[in-house]
Amino acid sequence: MENNNNSHKGRRNFLKYVLNGGLAGFAISIFYPLVSYLKPPKQEDVEVSSISAGKLDEIEKDTGKIIQFGTKPVLLIRTQNDKLLAYDAICTHLDCTVQYKSDMGIIWCACHNGKYDLSGRNIAGPPPKPLQPYNVVVKGDEIIISKQS
Amino acid sequence: MKKFFLNLYNWIDERVKLEDLVNFMGKKYVPVHSRSIWYYFGGVTLFFFIIQVVTGILLLFYYKASADLAFESIQFIMSKVEFGWLVRSIHTWSANLFILAAFIHMFSVYFERSYRKPREITWITGMLMFFLGLGFGFSGYLLPWNELAFFATKVGSDILGAIPLIGEELKIFARGGEDVTGATLSRMFGFHVALFPAIFTVLLTIHLLLVQRQGMSQPMEMVEKEMSEEKKMPFFPNFLLRDLLFWLIVLNVLAILAVFFPSELGHKADPFAPAPEGIKPEWYFLFMFQALKYLPAHVLFIEGEILGILLFGAAGILWLLVPFWDKKTARGQKNKFITYLGIFSVMFIIVFTILGWLT
Repeated sequence: MENNNNSHKGRRNFLKYVLNGGLAGFAISIFYPLVSYLKPPKQEDVEVSSISAGKLDEIEKDTGKIIQFGTKPVLLIRTQNDKLLAYDAICTHLDCTVQYKSDMGIIWCACHNGKYDLSGRNIAGPPPKPLQPYNVVVKGDEIIISKQS
Repeated sequence: MKKFFLNLYNWIDERVKLEDLVNFMGKKYVPVHSRSIWYYFGGVTLFFFIIQVVTGILLLFYYKASADLAFESIQFIMSKVEFGWLVRSIHTWSANLFILAAFIHMFSVYFERSYRKPREITWITGMLMFFLGLGFGFSGYLLPWNELAFFATKVGSDILGAIPLIGEELKIFARGGEDVTGATLSRMFGFHVALFPAIFTVLLTIHLLLVQRQGMSQPMEMVEKEMSEEKKMPFFPNFLLRDLLFWLIVLNVLAILAVFFPSELGHKADPFAPAPEGIKPEWYFLFMFQALKYLPAHVLFIEGEILGILLFGAAGILWLLVPFWDKKTARGQKNKFITYLGIFSVMFIIVFTILGWLT
């Protein structure tokens, strides 16, 4: 009798494991695809290393302009003393897009009043890091912006 | 006509025994006391929710959720569709008033300690609906795809990314990718019109069933004075009619606001334009936003912003769980700390909202 009970228990436990295991497998087979579906797929950006930012006479002295660099915005500045500078236009604070402020001679983020000097250094406000610089060269009369290696 | 309805009532009554329900409603009483006015704010919040559902469905008939078409479709609603401006204006105003009414309802329940046993589940479902309400606000804000919304969503979702461990994943999940793009718009649209309403409806059903089942909470000192002394009024029809009257007043206020201060659309979002000045979140996020600004870049070894987010998160969880840690009230004793904490919270929200408004 005792023996019989034990073997019943054993069988019962076995069934429990099989059923619970099956249930767990069932749940996984539902939730794994669901969670995977909700994760946005990584889209391979075409790696852009340099772009043409237009003709030199299209940008006036002491102004700035946002240039589309692949999928990212880049800020191109032509300074008062005719130097060309380019920086990543995404503010290092909270992802807003910065602009050139000619009256103060700085790069400025309107969202939270973050300020960078013309070498891209964060000088005031909340930005924690400087802006990444890009290379700018003029070929003929065309402005070429490229990533710094 | 009257006979028709009587017959209809009898026909249904015969099958589903409506009489029990009518009897139940007749036995439900609402306590009458000097602070009874606060009982109406739950109902008003519900009213705004109903308006949101109705106007939201109407907007769906013309709105197109894509980065290329969203802004134009709302322009179309506002300029070509008859009364389109009104429907949209009511939707935005009612959204704001919904949050406001929910704030008032939440704080009145808090100060009256109505969350105490046996109404813990009502409080929890209410709080979850409040958080969802904020989610409705955040997700709906992007849908017009204008400049302000675009950058506000960038900032808001970037703050999400600052949460330790899961932040980055959460940000990508909310944005539907690395950046705020058309994919983010699709996602916010899905949250706003399908996921959130579905969850909200379940919570609301539980919340309302509990209110009906358990009745209105009474102020603590009234419970001690024994039931016989108190005044009360039947829920049906006395309280319900007062409720409806309040709804009517609120509807008029809403109509005045929507007609005389119609919602604006602004400029279409351009990911390759600098952020405009005056980026501010909706007023109900302003106090958190403003408080984060005052934190220094680094506190000890943690980034100020992360610390702020963790503190707000902890405060939210403590607030949500107040029925479980407020042991004194559960024992029927006065807990002054709850009052002080509530006053502090209200003051904090008001002061920082005003500061955010002014700067």
